[in-house]
Amino acid sequence: MIRDLVTRWPVVKQILNRADGTGVEAMSERTLHMRPKNDGAEVAHSVCPYCAVGCGQLVFHRGNKLISIEGNPASPLSRGRLCPKGSDSFELTTHSKRLTKVKYRRPFGTEWEELELEKAMDMIADRLWESRNESFVEKQDGQSLMQNKTVAHLGGATLDNEENYLIKKLFTAGLGMVCISNQARI
Amino acid sequence: MPGLGTTYGRGGATTAPSDLLNSDVILIMGSNMAENHPVGFQWVMEAKEKKGAHLIHVDPRFSRTSAVANTWVPLRAGSDILFLGGMINHILQNELDFREYVIHYTNASVIIPESFKDTEELGGIFSGWDPEKKQYDTRSWLYQGVQIPSDSGDQNPNGQSGGHSQHGVDSSTDLSTYEQDLTLQHPRCVYQIMKRHFARYTPEIVERYCGVSKEAFLNVANLYCGASGPEKTAAMCYALGWTQHSSGVQIIRCAAILQLLLGNMGRPGGGILALRGHASIQGSTDIPTLFDSLPGYLSMPKFGPSSKDLASFIKANKPRTGFWNNIDKYIVSLLKAYYGDAATKENDFGFNWLPRITGDHSHQAYWLDMLDGKMDGLFVIGQNPAVAGPNSGMERRGLGKLKWLVVREMVETETASFWYESPEVQRGDLRTEDIETEVFLMPGAGHVEKEGTFTNTQRLLQWREKAVDPPGDARSENWFIYHLWRRIVEKAKLDPSPRNQGLLALTMNYTLEGDHREPSSPEILQEINGWTVADHKLLSGFGELKADGSTLCGAWIYSGVFPSAGRNRANEREPKDEYGHGWGWAWPADRRVIYNRASARPDGSPWSERKKLVWWDEAAKKWTGKDVPDFTATKPPNYVPPPGAEGDAALAGDKPYILHADGFGWLWVPVGLNDGPLPTHYEPLESPVSNPLYPQRQANPVGLNRARPGNEYATSPDARFPYVLTTYRLTEHHTAGGMSRTLSHLAELQPEIFCEISMELANELKIEHGAWVTLVTARGAIEAHALSTSRIRPLKIGDRRVHQIGVPFHWGYNGLVKGDMANDLIAISEEPNVHIMETKGLLCNLLVGRRANNVAKLKEYHSIAEGKTA
Amino acid sequence: MTSPLTNSVVYPATYHVTKAAFLTDATICIGCKACEVACKEWNEVPDDGMIWSGFSYDNTQALGASTWRHVMFLEQPAAAGPQQVDMENPFRWIFLSDVCKHCGNAGCLEACPTGAIVRTDVGSVLVQSDVCNGCGYCVVSCPFGVVDKRHPDGRAFKCTFCYDRQSAGMIPACAKACPTQSIRFGELEELREAGVARVAELQSRGYADARVYDPQETSVGGTHAMFVILGQPEAYNLPPAPEVPTIYLKSAWMSALISALVLAAIVCAAFLF
Repeated sequence: MIRDLVTRWPVVKQILNRADGTGVEAMSERTLHMRPKNDGAEVAHSVCPYCAVGCGQLVFHRGNKLISIEGNPASPLSRGRLCPKGSDSFELTTHSKRLTKVKYRRPFGTEWEELELEKAMDMIADRLWESRNESFVEKQDGQSLMQNKTVAHLGGATLDNEENYLIKKLFTAGLGMVCISNQARI
Repeated sequence: MPGLGTTYGRGGATTAPSDLLNSDVILIMGSNMAENHPVGFQWVMEAKEKKGAHLIHVDPRFSRTSAVANTWVPLRAGSDILFLGGMINHILQNELDFREYVIHYTNASVIIPESFKDTEELGGIFSGWDPEKKQYDTRSWLYQGVQIPSDSGDQNPNGQSGGHSQHGVDSSTDLSTYEQDLTLQHPRCVYQIMKRHFARYTPEIVERYCGVSKEAFLNVANLYCGASGPEKTAAMCYALGWTQHSSGVQIIRCAAILQLLLGNMGRPGGGILALRGHASIQGSTDIPTLFDSLPGYLSMPKFGPSSKDLASFIKANKPRTGFWNNIDKYIVSLLKAYYGDAATKENDFGFNWLPRITGDHSHQAYWLDMLDGKMDGLFVIGQNPAVAGPNSGMERRGLGKLKWLVVREMVETETASFWYESPEVQRGDLRTEDIETEVFLMPGAGHVEKEGTFTNTQRLLQWREKAVDPPGDARSENWFIYHLWRRIVEKAKLDPSPRNQGLLALTMNYTLEGDHREPSSPEILQEINGWTVADHKLLSGFGELKADGSTLCGAWIYSGVFPSAGRNRANEREPKDEYGHGWGWAWPADRRVIYNRASARPDGSPWSERKKLVWWDEAAKKWTGKDVPDFTATKPPNYVPPPGAEGDAALAGDKPYILHADGFGWLWVPVGLNDGPLPTHYEPLESPVSNPLYPQRQANPVGLNRARPGNEYATSPDARFPYVLTTYRLTEHHTAGGMSRTLSHLAELQPEIFCEISMELANELKIEHGAWVTLVTARGAIEAHALSTSRIRPLKIGDRRVHQIGVPFHWGYNGLVKGDMANDLIAISEEPNVHIMETKGLLCNLLVGRRANNVAKLKEYHSIAEGKTA
Repeated sequence: MTSPLTNSVVYPATYHVTKAAFLTDATICIGCKACEVACKEWNEVPDDGMIWSGFSYDNTQALGASTWRHVMFLEQPAAAGPQQVDMENPFRWIFLSDVCKHCGNAGCLEACPTGAIVRTDVGSVLVQSDVCNGCGYCVVSCPFGVVDKRHPDGRAFKCTFCYDRQSAGMIPACAKACPTQSIRFGELEELREAGVARVAELQSRGYADARVYDPQETSVGGTHAMFVILGQPEAYNLPPAPEVPTIYLKSAWMSALISALVLAAIVCAAFLF
């Protein structure tokens, strides 16, 4: 043990290794054992959520916690590279201003209130049902119209295909809402 | 995307960014690719550095793309059709077209009837103009020899076709009975009409009205046209610099025409890269959350004779020839996907449960209804119209007229907080206590917290695996829609009237997974892919679809992505060739370069060794090559259709544009667009000059400017607004800023809003570099730092020196960094085919000092002065 | 690995080098700042202030304790080789991603009294945050103004050359992210040759003022982060002849010793006489 203590002494190390005290011999335990933070983590394959190039992303996680996100070198589209926005995907997902609860503003209200998720869903379903039915037109000139024009939807270009499919299915094919739009035009 | 859709048959980029490695010349115009698609730009850089490709950038500003281009040419925002039309004229006058390609693969030889009159004959409009309705009867644009039906066919209630669906399909006319002159000499063949139509798009007019010197223009024209023929190809890349105009579709039509004339389309290194802007905006057009189409670009039924029943709908939308002939299979399979077992032959497969459209139900249109108090509720999911909508001040006021609003987002965006944080409230124009709107702001899951597919700009579906659970009450949209449906359907069960039949029939039989009871994304994708009803066997492609109700399919163009249980091709990651097959799955049928039949000669052999892509293998009797052929695999190049043939069998073996009834690439668009069979130069809605070609037709006659108090327009020109305004994007931010201004690492890169002005303008107005200035248009005013730079230059337009000013639109009143909203300056206007707003080439003025210091002066410009509401 | 004349390098899945180096090429940089963000995300570096500078698109302004990659934006009245820019006067806009030079002889390392700054086994210069006591001697000793103290933390920070990533055979975060591979990572000697070859290629294409920045002939002894630039180094805030401040120490100490001995001799002599 004494021998161990002595040989770990920087001056002794220097003399023994003929070093000048600025190299590996001066590394702390932390430095010597340094490994990347995603060492041994699980990897999910994903796609950048920003522009339409669709760069591949490797999402490192452990125990339901995100560790880091970087490019996927295997992607023939992006070859592992990411622009500044794609490179910031970890911050996008984990920053402190992410919404985690439903915020509710009552009519003419001056502040947000918190609302329980299931209650919010019930209230939204009520309003959707009432508004849709109040101005639903089944027929016009004896022909099927099946249309509501007082409830609208906006959004889609950042959503999954599966999500857009369900939105159109429920809102249009189910409820007859025709005022549906998103960022896409040409 | 009707610019590409009508010309070629499908809207969407025709190739992949990596294919740019095969280009000899790349023209980037209406795009700032290096800034807005940086990783896609690696292919451009590599083509330039490794393959010697010549990169041309034509753009009002010298941006980060211009900095690395071989050639940069500035032009006046809004003059693109003059410039591109100039290139078309250059080709036609000098016979620089790729003649063999043009004769066989385009409708250049087709003859147009005498009843057609061109803009050159009618002072700026085409034949068929109805000045009262302000729209065209497009029937005089049809081919000679084509029967014009007595029934006007499936025109939408505005009398217009176009839109997002089924580009160029009008089944009431049989386009396949055309007449041709293969020598291209007949005075009324498309080629000759085009020659006359574009004759005045000369280098002189380009110099005078685009601000591009004749030398610079001819340099670009010669460089680009020089990369044509069997041994060379050239590609174009465009984005919102072309689309966000009142004639945006026609600008893209010019590009599409150029690529046909020069024989670039469907060939390696050729093609058009429509660079779209959001992760799955291609997907949201394919599986559309848009009003006028159904999945796979089927038309939404329009109220009228064509939607009386399913048979009428099919008749109105089913051409005799080409792939759209199968529309009955597509619509029936979709109805089976939506309504399941309840959809039977007896009830037209539930066709009458679908709503009909009765007009323009797009964002701009219903927002004006919102402003007029006619809308009850709105769902906003992953979009931020309070910042990014046109005339965003009016967008915010519109939100305040709703009864209820549901916003689903990862952060509190400006759209969610308008009622207490908008500038209108902050300034006291509006009071929070007076705004009734009930608001639900719900937390949404991020992209690593849910699994599903995005479809990128090259039509490639890529699956995302889920890594972690969303935090707290954040959920996916699948979860939201499913659990909303669950509640709604309970209410519908208490009221089984006809209006609720479709709702009660809706299939939502997805397995619910995990603690949150999340509907299974793979199952939804399988439904989109389709299966045979009897045995739930997944389909391997749209060729297996039937019109008898035995198949279901949520989007026929995606059929084949999930061809067997356990095989999700969007989730495959083993690329095995130059085109990346094995990595993800592209529609249609994993074809990476569409229209690739055109990469072979009419006889099926490659145009050249250097530009081989797909060719006919005589021994194996099928098409083969480096890509999946965009053609019936076994149809020989010399195939002649027998009389009376239908569908694909009616197209010859040398017709690459298989979605078109005649198989041609359309230089001339006989049907499908609302504003002309050929592109014509009109000035933007606000312009510094009158239209040099047609002074009596200033702007696009069919465009909708939606002028009303709060959405006024300047005159053209206008002494109050002497400068040309363009809005744009920066690399460091993303659209309305919800995904970038909220993040410290991006916010610090571009923390404050600035506008770019030329050194000359800074000197003229005595503006110190970096000082605050106020930009004002007929709609609104914002403040920004003045960044004076040589990268913006005044141009000589007509007899005047015209200054251009650019401003990025990313800022809003939330986030780590805040700023005014540039879209407050933009008008609510609608291009006539796709309803897109004009954000480039408008008129503005610039006042020294901050907005608050200019309040008195601003009152002179606006009907909405401080204190008044819309 | 492919030819140094292209920008399509392919890194092996696991890549260990013996002497780590960067070659950063201004002529293929598009000024996107992916390097700045990728670095900060990986290394958990905080933001450096939300300050709009008005200097072109450069709001980062300089390397420092909380900026380890800094993209410069140079708007210059000169042509970029044969580039055709439709302007009356020559103009170009150049971008360059600056980084710690990891000098052959590092001023910061020489000055550090605690042994916090070490030369690693891959030849990079590393500040060990667990050893650093915040004395700040390194800050004034860097000829490039790279290393700095972070407030209120107090310690000195700079680019680590992603030592943690390299230990597992991963390439640095900035090099991986760079969309055009303007930032290349690899062996020092290979990248030295690549830089020379690239400059020769650029000059043959008409970029007469292309050069490599790698001050081997000074006391810094060459940098392990080298740059391909157009025009003078001064325009990029790169000193044309950087020196390690301690280079003068040896002669200074010698002078001091001689002076002391002479003084001692004079004092002794005073007592003798």
